[in-house]
Amino acid sequence: MTSESSRASAEPPRPVAFAPAAAEDANLYRRLVLRRQLILAALALALFASLCVDLALGPARFGLDQVIAALFTPGSVEDSLRVILWQIRMPVALMALVVGASLSIAGAQMQTILSNPLASPFTLGISAGASFGAALALAFGVTLVPALVDYAIPLNAFIMAMLTALAIHFLSMRRGVTIETIVLLGIAMVFIFNSLMALIQFFASQQAVSAVVFWTMGSLTKATWPKLGIAFAVLAVVVPLLARHGWALTAMRLGDAKAESLGVKPRALRLEVLIMVSLLAAIAVSFVGTIGFVGLVGPHIARLLLGEDQRFFLPGSALCGALMLSVGSVLSKVIIPGTIIPIGIITSLVGIPFFLFLILNHKKNAW
Amino acid sequence: MVTLTLDRLSARYGRRQILDDISTPPLHGGQVVALLGPNAAGKSTLFRRILGLLEGDGEVRITGTSSERPVAYMPQDNGATAVLTVYEAVLLARMQGRRLKVADADLKEVDKALAALGIDTLAGRDIGNLSGGQRQLVGAAQALVQSPDILLLDEPTSALDLHRQISLLSILRRLAQERNMLIIAALHDLGHALRFADQALVIESGRLVDCGPCEQVVTPQMLRRTFQVEARIEPCSQGRPQLIVEAAI
Repeated sequence: MTSESSRASAEPPRPVAFAPAAAEDANLYRRLVLRRQLILAALALALFASLCVDLALGPARFGLDQVIAALFTPGSVEDSLRVILWQIRMPVALMALVVGASLSIAGAQMQTILSNPLASPFTLGISAGASFGAALALAFGVTLVPALVDYAIPLNAFIMAMLTALAIHFLSMRRGVTIETIVLLGIAMVFIFNSLMALIQFFASQQAVSAVVFWTMGSLTKATWPKLGIAFAVLAVVVPLLARHGWALTAMRLGDAKAESLGVKPRALRLEVLIMVSLLAAIAVSFVGTIGFVGLVGPHIARLLLGEDQRFFLPGSALCGALMLSVGSVLSKVIIPGTIIPIGIITSLVGIPFFLFLILNHKKNAW
Repeated sequence: MVTLTLDRLSARYGRRQILDDISTPPLHGGQVVALLGPNAAGKSTLFRRILGLLEGDGEVRITGTSSERPVAYMPQDNGATAVLTVYEAVLLARMQGRRLKVADADLKEVDKALAALGIDTLAGRDIGNLSGGQRQLVGAAQALVQSPDILLLDEPTSALDLHRQISLLSILRRLAQERNMLIIAALHDLGHALRFADQALVIESGRLVDCGPCEQVVTPQMLRRTFQVEARIEPCSQGRPQLIVEAAI
């Protein structure tokens, strides 16, 4: 030991430095945090603006000042305005926010736990399962919960989406819950349901096929206050549960080995989060149909703007998804006046160029 | 002072026995222990077993610590490319299992870890844009920032240039002494082991074949038997033992 010590003292520790020492890094980090908080605030503001515009647009057009008056002092505006705004347009406009946030969070966490930039409710077959459930009801009147015939379509969609998620869950457990297993199972699910959908369309009547096709385009117009309440309740339960795992989820992006070394249990976390986000996606899809793209791109935009620290990435994904769908809702009303184009078409058509612009113009390493 | 004792430790992956009956005398804080052995000898598995990531017979006894998580482990780098800055990646390692809110004290620990390893200038860089060597130092900072009593490092110098290899090992050696920390590092360079480690553990096919002060363990006989190389160990002009490898057998 003595010879060792003398060796150490003969060896003055030199810094490993790559450049002269910088100013205190904590201050740089505080500035980074502040910048991210400002970005989140800006997104929230943009979201509110988009919500107001969305409320103002429709067969009867209102001024933004009227909308804001109806929002904050409902007693001061005409009855017709109040009824149209609160009873007809508000559930649809808010549904856009809740569904957008739900799909985007679901995509964000799937990308996180699977370390795969292509993961989204679509890639894991959850949307395909939902479509199949809805198609069963639309084409053949099959109701998986006979007691609730009125809700046959969303219930069928939800049940099939959750069955898909559970199938992936339990099948992947047999193979050790690896990323590859989950992704491959998801792809298998997509193909199974696509074939079944084709089969349904082959046997169904022309009218039923149109209904199925329209459903798969996604539409917010059937939103009601009760449906909105359910979707919001699920979001309000799942988000705090995900936030509780914030540090662990961020660590998952460093790879399983690193996450484990930091005390995270990757397999258990992956299963838990898979179920939570499947629930989010299933609820969203079952009420409004398959709205693609938001679950894939919302998180990527959030990642470009805010990085992957879940304290910013999670709310950022929610806001980006909500904003995308809200703007989509606005555009779906204004592109062809008098016609509401299904929102699923809008999000893809408008979102993709914007997404490409972001990727091509951003210097930062984003995946 | 922290003390680590391994008592009849074993581990298996499925039916394959990876570690078999490994026992060590008490290893005390304040020193650097080199974990030596050829490829696939079970070095990483031993680290994972000590950390509790693998089940198996035997016992890992840690005494003399009040920390809830006394052991930090730096695995070999896997090249993950999360969109995080170096500062965030190191902070993240400190915050695991804690509340979402970051305290000033945590930021101070991150500053200290980055400064100790001389990578404070990298703080704002994205980890995806770092070189292999820089990533390895970030990995070391992630382990150090947890303020561990026992630090397990899996080939911490494998991607570093010679200057940084020597620097990192000198720094680790100093930190072990300053903080009374026990550092166990899997090293492939036996010359580094001779120079920086107090003790050495040698494992071969999952069994501990030798354990003791580095100079007594790293011998031409051990090198021939475990690593299949012909080598001499001679004092250099300053009296330090020097490893001279002549040929692979």
